[in-house]
Amino acid sequence: MINASLSELSRALSAGHISSVELTQEFLRRIARLNPTLNAFITVDEEKSLAQARAADAALSAGTAGPLTGIPVAQKDLFCAKGWLTTCGSKILSNFVSPYDAAVVERLNEAGMVCLGKTNMDEFAMGSSNETSFYGPVRNPWDTGRVAGGSSGGSAAAVAARLAPVATGTDTGGSIRQPAAFSGLCGLKPSYGIVSRWGMVAFASSLDQAGPMARSARDCALLLNAMAGFDPRDSTSIERAPEDYCRELDAPAADPAKPLAGLRIGLPREFFDDTAPCDPQTSAAVAASIEELRRLGAQTIELSLPNVRHGISAYYVIAPAEASSNLSRFDGVRYGWRAPDYSNLEDMYCKTRAQGFGAEVKRRVLIGAYVLSHGYYDAFYLQAQRIRRLIAADFAAAFTQCDLLLGPTSPDIAFALGEKTDDPVQMYLTDIYTIAVNLAGLPGISIPCGFAQAGEKSLPIGLQLIGNYFSEARLLNAAHRYQQATDWHTRIPEGIE
Amino acid sequence: MSLSPEQVFRIAQLARIEITTAEMDVMRGHLNGILSMIDEMQAVDTRGVEPMAHAQELTQRLRADEVFEMNRRDDFQEIAPEVENGLYLVPKVIE
Repeated sequence: MINASLSELSRALSAGHISSVELTQEFLRRIARLNPTLNAFITVDEEKSLAQARAADAALSAGTAGPLTGIPVAQKDLFCAKGWLTTCGSKILSNFVSPYDAAVVERLNEAGMVCLGKTNMDEFAMGSSNETSFYGPVRNPWDTGRVAGGSSGGSAAAVAARLAPVATGTDTGGSIRQPAAFSGLCGLKPSYGIVSRWGMVAFASSLDQAGPMARSARDCALLLNAMAGFDPRDSTSIERAPEDYCRELDAPAADPAKPLAGLRIGLPREFFDDTAPCDPQTSAAVAASIEELRRLGAQTIELSLPNVRHGISAYYVIAPAEASSNLSRFDGVRYGWRAPDYSNLEDMYCKTRAQGFGAEVKRRVLIGAYVLSHGYYDAFYLQAQRIRRLIAADFAAAFTQCDLLLGPTSPDIAFALGEKTDDPVQMYLTDIYTIAVNLAGLPGISIPCGFAQAGEKSLPIGLQLIGNYFSEARLLNAAHRYQQATDWHTRIPEGIE
Repeated sequence: MSLSPEQVFRIAQLARIEITTAEMDVMRGHLNGILSMIDEMQAVDTRGVEPMAHAQELTQRLRADEVFEMNRRDDFQEIAPEVENGLYLVPKVIE
């Protein structure tokens, strides 16, 4: 069952071929066996998982089950889950047992899903390799000498290694899409505002968005159906009628050989030129995927997003500014870890934060404090926000000519552990293709589109598709039709069985 | 654009993060690296462009003035480092 899709699992559970308890136990056994190597989970609590599985089995036999009832899910450790340790990858939350459920956790609980545990992540989601986690780096199931990407690296490794059928992630600058690309998965960052941020530990509130990570576009769509929805507790949650994100996937095409006929895909020059040089194997795989999409009936249009090149700069002003404000709540007073020795209140704050935060979090909080400080606010923060509008306007102009945009997810495949940890700027540049999407608040998806040879190993390559606001169903459909014609997403890391 | 050690100490003070002299050089080097990366944005002509604070142009929703949260003080204080009689304890601030 470990390679089954969510629909197959759902059918097997409904038909009584397997119980949720049996399925949960199978994944828990795999976690016990493989997690010591991969470090994908920070917390596993078998009793809690099995209690949920028993409740799901009761719902299944009572006939009150939904499409996801009884299916296990791994939750990124950034979502508060009642009674679960919720660390956000940080020492400062190393003793934080959440007294409440995040909206996403609530919704998946209501859907009858079984939480398998809390997945490892970069500390406060600040990182692109999972190496900033206080709980140690996650290893890539395709090559354990390499990173799984970040910040949702634990979720990515868990799904890729079949420790969970599906997982949640969050994406502030690429944190779902880049680890999905590095781990051979499908990861969707939805439009800003469609998944509630209530109960997510906040990093950069105007950019943070939760989404699904799975092995196929269809599984992403099924999980998104359960995750998305209006929530009055999140002031930026958007009031929209509920959508079935699977609705286009099974619609018969007029010409079955060309299911994407009529779809216009924009190829932004900046994703393919020297703005962000790409590894040749990644470029070749992306070029081949464009050919495949054309064969499926899509039409391609070259266009330009001239301001996207400033995305990294604008992001590394805006995200740290918001982070420095959001992380001021960690003071060692109301919850979390407190430094053992201090001389007065001020010293208690300074030592708690100095010892409780890792180096990357400190850098970003300091950058944020600097760009917001008197005399620098206009030059940095307001300038970054103006560039943010120019970037959003570039996307808006592009979507008058096309339905989707296409490019690589990351300039290269997963890099070696330790390769970029000494130079924060090199690490930041790995998000060059994903960051502008968050600044504009658009949906983006990464899907596997090929493999690169790296010595003895074969490492996955990710393709990014970007849509206009609320076009998740169309994005997922394009990804799904591509996946019906290709088999990259079905490959399994060696030695994982 | 380059931060001096004094400026780094000042920012760290604003952010309530203690930085030791031993940590200073590495931290300052990294911060200056990030600031020089960000610096390219100063050349962008943004005259007349309205700053964009948020991805969605939303107005703040209002709700009815009704109680909808239960008092869960005990639950929330159970996870605090130090509490007494419903109060959070911190080092003495008034001598």
